[in-house]
Amino acid sequence: MAHPALIIAALAMLTTATASFAQQQELPVNSVADGVFVHNGQTAQMTRENEGAIANVGFIVGEDAVAVIDTGGSLREGRQLMAAIRARTGKPIRYVINTHGHPDHVFGNAAFVQDGTTFVGHTNLPRALAARGKFYLDAFRRTMGDQLIDEVSMVPPTLLVSGTINLDLGARTLVLRAWPAAHSDCDLTVLDEKTGTLFAGDLVFLTHTPVLDGSIRGWLSVIGELGALPAQRVVPGHGPVSGWPAALADQRRYLQTLASDVRGLVARGQPIAAAGTAASAERSRWELFDDFNARNATAAFSEIEWE
Amino acid sequence: MPGSVFRLFVVAGLLLLGAPPTLAATPNDPWPGLVQDIFNNRPMNDGSDVIAIEMPVRAEDAAIVPVTLRTKLSPGDVRQVLSITLVIDQNPAPMAAKFQLGPDAKVSEISTRVRVNNYTDVHAVAELSDGKLYMTRTYVKASGGCSAPAAKNADEANARLGQMRYRQFAKAGEGPASGAREAQIMIGHPNNSGLQMDQVTQLYVPAFFVNELRLWQDDSLVLSMEGGISISEDPNIRFTYVSNGAKRFRAEAKDTEGHVFEREWKIDDSGI
Repeated sequence: MAHPALIIAALAMLTTATASFAQQQELPVNSVADGVFVHNGQTAQMTRENEGAIANVGFIVGEDAVAVIDTGGSLREGRQLMAAIRARTGKPIRYVINTHGHPDHVFGNAAFVQDGTTFVGHTNLPRALAARGKFYLDAFRRTMGDQLIDEVSMVPPTLLVSGTINLDLGARTLVLRAWPAAHSDCDLTVLDEKTGTLFAGDLVFLTHTPVLDGSIRGWLSVIGELGALPAQRVVPGHGPVSGWPAALADQRRYLQTLASDVRGLVARGQPIAAAGTAASAERSRWELFDDFNARNATAAFSEIEWE
Repeated sequence: MPGSVFRLFVVAGLLLLGAPPTLAATPNDPWPGLVQDIFNNRPMNDGSDVIAIEMPVRAEDAAIVPVTLRTKLSPGDVRQVLSITLVIDQNPAPMAAKFQLGPDAKVSEISTRVRVNNYTDVHAVAELSDGKLYMTRTYVKASGGCSAPAAKNADEANARLGQMRYRQFAKAGEGPASGAREAQIMIGHPNNSGLQMDQVTQLYVPAFFVNELRLWQDDSLVLSMEGGISISEDPNIRFTYVSNGAKRFRAEAKDTEGHVFEREWKIDDSGI
């Protein structure tokens, strides 16, 4: 016969365990370098099922403080990321850095709003969030549902970067750099000097078809400079953590092919309706190609026809 | 039972991306009301031998959906097309554009790009010199085109405001000898729909768009357009017409803030 006290204790532990499980799941993260943690997003569209967790997000732990880099595609994911941080360190989260303004990178921001936490982004990011916030919420409500979207609120940065700034986490310097229009018009990279880890945001894609929402010519130009950054490895916005600068090769090829094919269409007087044929040679090299390539080509066409 | 546990049992297979808000041909068909509002309830005749409309069934980018209008009158037909009205039934401003065709220009094809806000019928209505309206229709799957954010690259778009470009294309199989020409006018303009909301102020970015465009070869009108917010950013009109031997091509555009943009180009005899 079991001792009643033991039974009560066992039940109490079970209840607590169940309660904390029900309260807060942790986002699974890998340590990709000393003090650098990354969650790899699924290569997929944002859905109710994946809770918008399609982008790579992560955090860096310094001696005094933590920086978060992107917060995920839902408030839920943001909270799970917070739990993953708290499971590893009690240090204060000093900075939440958004690499740009797309929903899969910013929808979790509100999970981190707290005294002592500063939101950081490209100087164009507040404008982008203001202009597109409502549109994104409406669009993703259709695919992700009210429950996930109703809790999302847009949190713009207050510390704005237009060139380069350094952030200190306590014996750990992060070098932030704002770029001209490329993937979007508010792209920002974060380089951890200690480990040479570059969080490139969506300036770098692997596996997932690159998404053009800024300037194709700008992006090709930025890739040139990005490659010169002194990094050992890159955390892309989508795709596996990879060596640097080798990780740029596929994306460079895709964008060059796209630009070249579109220039050909424009030169031959083809209408924009034909844009979808561009870069078809790349189809087998990327996932979600049919979801994104024709739209990329339409965007590239409407840019290149002004050349 | 906590909500998170319920979630595990939710059927997530219903991928809602691109799912239509309603099925086609519902009791909420706006077309009869539009015939009333736009066309004064004038009778609509079958336009299948008169006018064709071409649009993608599924738009890649709802804010830049290509549309081509083509006249189908045979050369011997004494009737002329006076105007073509493009109606995107489910758009907040359904009358996308009205094109008046210059009486001597024999415009046979007009292409532009439009915003499509919902899965919708799109109608092209041609008014002919016989006093009758002829209608044809297609269906497009797209959503959010009118509330979509403006420029991907806002700074460059602002720098381009009012810039106009003219381009001539070689018309395959025809060319300078036949007199048929294909040309294109582009105008840098955000064409703000007034339906994009600024998240911070909760106010709508005011409508600001090209509402009038006129094109001439020398002094002869080729085409004019009355446009609305359904025309995409950076209005782009591509058209086929017959040259009267003119040396100059002229364009004049006006927008809702009273700006007037004017430009003239020398027509290249080579037709390229």
